[in-house]
Amino acid sequence: MSAANLSRRGFITASLIAGGGLLFDLAVPMALAADGSPVILNAFIRILPDNRVIIGAKNAEIGQGAKTMLPMLIAEELDVDWAQVSIEQTHADAKIFGGQSAGGSRTTPREWLPTRQAGAAARAMLVAAAAAQWGVAAGTLTTASGKVTDPKTGKSVPYAALAVAAAKLSPPDPATLTLKDPASFRIIGQSIGGVDTPAIVAGKPLFGIDFKLPNMLYAVLETCPAFGGTFKSANLDAVRALPGIAHVLTIKGDGTPESGFDGVAILAKSWWTANLARETLKVAWDDSAVTNFSTQGYAAQAATRAQGKADADITRTGDIDAAFASAGKVVTADYSYPFLAHATLEPQNCTALFKDGAIEIWAPTQNPESGRALVAKALNLPPEKIRINFTRIGGGFGRRLMNDYMVQAALVAAQVPGVPVKLLFTRADDMRRDFYRPAGWHGFRAALDKSGALTAFHDHFITFGKDGKPVRSAELSPGELPAGLLDNVLLEQSFLATNMPTGWLRAPGSNALAFVYQAFLDEVAAAAGKDLPTLMLELLSKTAQVSQGANRPPFVTARAKGVIEKALAMGGWANRKALPKGQGKGFAFYYSHAGYFAEVLEVAVADGVPKVKTVWVAGDVGSHIINPINALHQVQGSVIEGLGQALAGQVITQVAGAIEQANFDTHPLQRIPDTPTIHVDFVKTDYSPTGLGEPALPPVIPALVNAIHAATGKRIRSLPVTTEMLA
Amino acid sequence: MTRFTVNDRPVQYRMDPDTPLLWALRDASNLTGTKYGCGTGDCGACTVDIDGEAVRSCQVTIGKTEGRFVTTIEALSPDRGHPVQQAFAADNVSQCGYCIPGMIMAASVLLRRTNDPSDAEIDAAITNICRCGIYPRLRGAIRRAGRIMRGEDTGVGEQGAAAPPPGITPEDAARTVPALGRPAPQPKR
Repeated sequence: MSAANLSRRGFITASLIAGGGLLFDLAVPMALAADGSPVILNAFIRILPDNRVIIGAKNAEIGQGAKTMLPMLIAEELDVDWAQVSIEQTHADAKIFGGQSAGGSRTTPREWLPTRQAGAAARAMLVAAAAAQWGVAAGTLTTASGKVTDPKTGKSVPYAALAVAAAKLSPPDPATLTLKDPASFRIIGQSIGGVDTPAIVAGKPLFGIDFKLPNMLYAVLETCPAFGGTFKSANLDAVRALPGIAHVLTIKGDGTPESGFDGVAILAKSWWTANLARETLKVAWDDSAVTNFSTQGYAAQAATRAQGKADADITRTGDIDAAFASAGKVVTADYSYPFLAHATLEPQNCTALFKDGAIEIWAPTQNPESGRALVAKALNLPPEKIRINFTRIGGGFGRRLMNDYMVQAALVAAQVPGVPVKLLFTRADDMRRDFYRPAGWHGFRAALDKSGALTAFHDHFITFGKDGKPVRSAELSPGELPAGLLDNVLLEQSFLATNMPTGWLRAPGSNALAFVYQAFLDEVAAAAGKDLPTLMLELLSKTAQVSQGANRPPFVTARAKGVIEKALAMGGWANRKALPKGQGKGFAFYYSHAGYFAEVLEVAVADGVPKVKTVWVAGDVGSHIINPINALHQVQGSVIEGLGQALAGQVITQVAGAIEQANFDTHPLQRIPDTPTIHVDFVKTDYSPTGLGEPALPPVIPALVNAIHAATGKRIRSLPVTTEMLA
Repeated sequence: MTRFTVNDRPVQYRMDPDTPLLWALRDASNLTGTKYGCGTGDCGACTVDIDGEAVRSCQVTIGKTEGRFVTTIEALSPDRGHPVQQAFAADNVSQCGYCIPGMIMAASVLLRRTNDPSDAEIDAAITNICRCGIYPRLRGAIRRAGRIMRGEDTGVGEQGAAAPPPGITPEDAARTVPALGRPAPQPKR
């Protein structure tokens, strides 16, 4: 679709605002929707009489930096100084603002072009207004720092003084807009601190948990410990009789974790009072259908399934049987990893006010439109009767792509019309009502020919699923490398039943697959008498691109080679053998979320305890690093999170259908002393910029276990790493 | 009894004396800068200053706080100008920002004891959890705060001045539910 297909009227409107400022409402083309209609992005830019500029930030902010980065793109093309800019968070409404979700590292690729076009369109109108005023051609004028200048006369006028004239102009045709030459970028590529930072260090009420309304009640929600259990009866009156309790209500789930299961809500003026009443609450649940699920059961089933035929072929190329039959050497290994929780530091919460047949919601959500649809269904409300406001989000990591807590808050609020309700999970609720990273078991085989070349690769991936299909986040892509780099590949899956809700944890799929694939390939490389980067570079030399399926960019081998070579140089790979006994370096490469990352990691293992000393990260996310300091922080955070998954002892286990862990004592997170030195560098390539929330995480785990092998000779084939494994 | 001083104001909470200080601060005093993370003392998001000690406010009841002197992030400085706040802004420490008030309160107590802490002293004092992984710049920011206290650092970081105007107007519920005031910083004890 060319931008010119859009009506000009739909593209931009400029109007005066009270007090003499100028408001631009911008709608610029995004990708085509499935039905062929254009999806629009609407930004807003307000130019105040004192020439300050207010830019709307339309995306959820979970600490990934979108609230700063998207306005940077507008400010760049509008050609104002960052010091002139203030940021306002918009509310959530896809009809007005287009995509507002924060997930899949998709914000940057989605917004890179249209958001800059929004700024360029506003600039074009201001320049046209000045040109008309001065009687010169628009093309002869320049802009900078929120002013239009005529270089011939030296005359200069601030944008604010052009407001009246610009408001009368016809909007520009988006097809005629020219974007800045990147060589003249003044904001993109500069390190700009988070726009909320001053409020954060002052402890301002930014987060969902902090939001308050007059006469608000706090709610806690008791649900069946075993997922999917239904409500039978409870001593509701005994709880109602407790001092300070305002309401005790039941909510009916629809049987899906996404919308929420049955629950008993207790409301009080203080959250503590409400939560304390749960000690008195006694609920009888019907959980007979879901108490047979357990971690031990899954492991036993997986062991059995590993001996049998797989449920589904994902990729089958070449002649796998012939390749193994003629192999000079066959390498086999079994790998596994546990369920994981998200454990956002701000527990799930949502504030809702139901009044006059409409509901207003204040939620830390990464995915507001999915929440709107669920609330509409649960309350039988038209979507336009649901207003969703963003709060800042105390950590997302994918947990808040699910909106169960929003639906539950809405169901409670609908029973107390006119009374604002804040539902807040305890830490235990949060850990026990998550959408977990699914556990998995992989049975690998690889064939090497007599020269040590990899000729065949086989993975039987046992995970969770239903009706022959994987559950959320248990998928295996047909293009999972080394598929596409090798003639004979068999990737297949088998599915176990579970009642555990599963979901997207930062770098979903990849956070587990990178570990098992790159760790196993390290074994394969060793069996072939080479190192993993050598094996990877050999494989990558066979083709230029590997398709990743429709709607996804292809994997470009040259970009992979670029970051691998960079990481090897950064991490001193060539000299790794010089390390003393008990120390080692490991390498891994992984491609996810359109980002190419290679990492080298140095570990020292003493008394069975690995200590990561240094991690070198080389990444390729395209032509520009929009906000370098934020990019660095995303990579550092990804590395630390990955190391936490491997080393901190994180594991979620289930007994009789319910989760055992409840808090950070049993699902620990990294702390300061666990932090290695992390060196980050980017390889800039001529591709449109892509996201950084996720792709740096996956390779750190295999780099770690490969380093542990180099240091100790011991292979880590299941997570988390324990002292016993290294004894 | 539940009478004590919060941010230089005398307070008596009409709440169950077994209520953790955290929930009195958040729900009754609307001092929401003190965060709930775990309720078990593991994470440190709820750290406040009680009589010069960094205390997990989820682990102390308002009954046990009787007669003590509590300072929360809201009163650490009147203008987010405390050296730790300056340094955290200058070094752009935060990601999601949820752990930051607790980190700042713990660091402010450490630096009152020693304004030139070693890495080991920092690690021992800052046992707080950050889920986003801000750790690589945490020690540096705390050391910068020490330099500011010693007059060796202007608090101007890579991102410019440490405490610029916020430039944002978060939907601040405190407008409709008045919080305790923010008096001048307490004298150093």
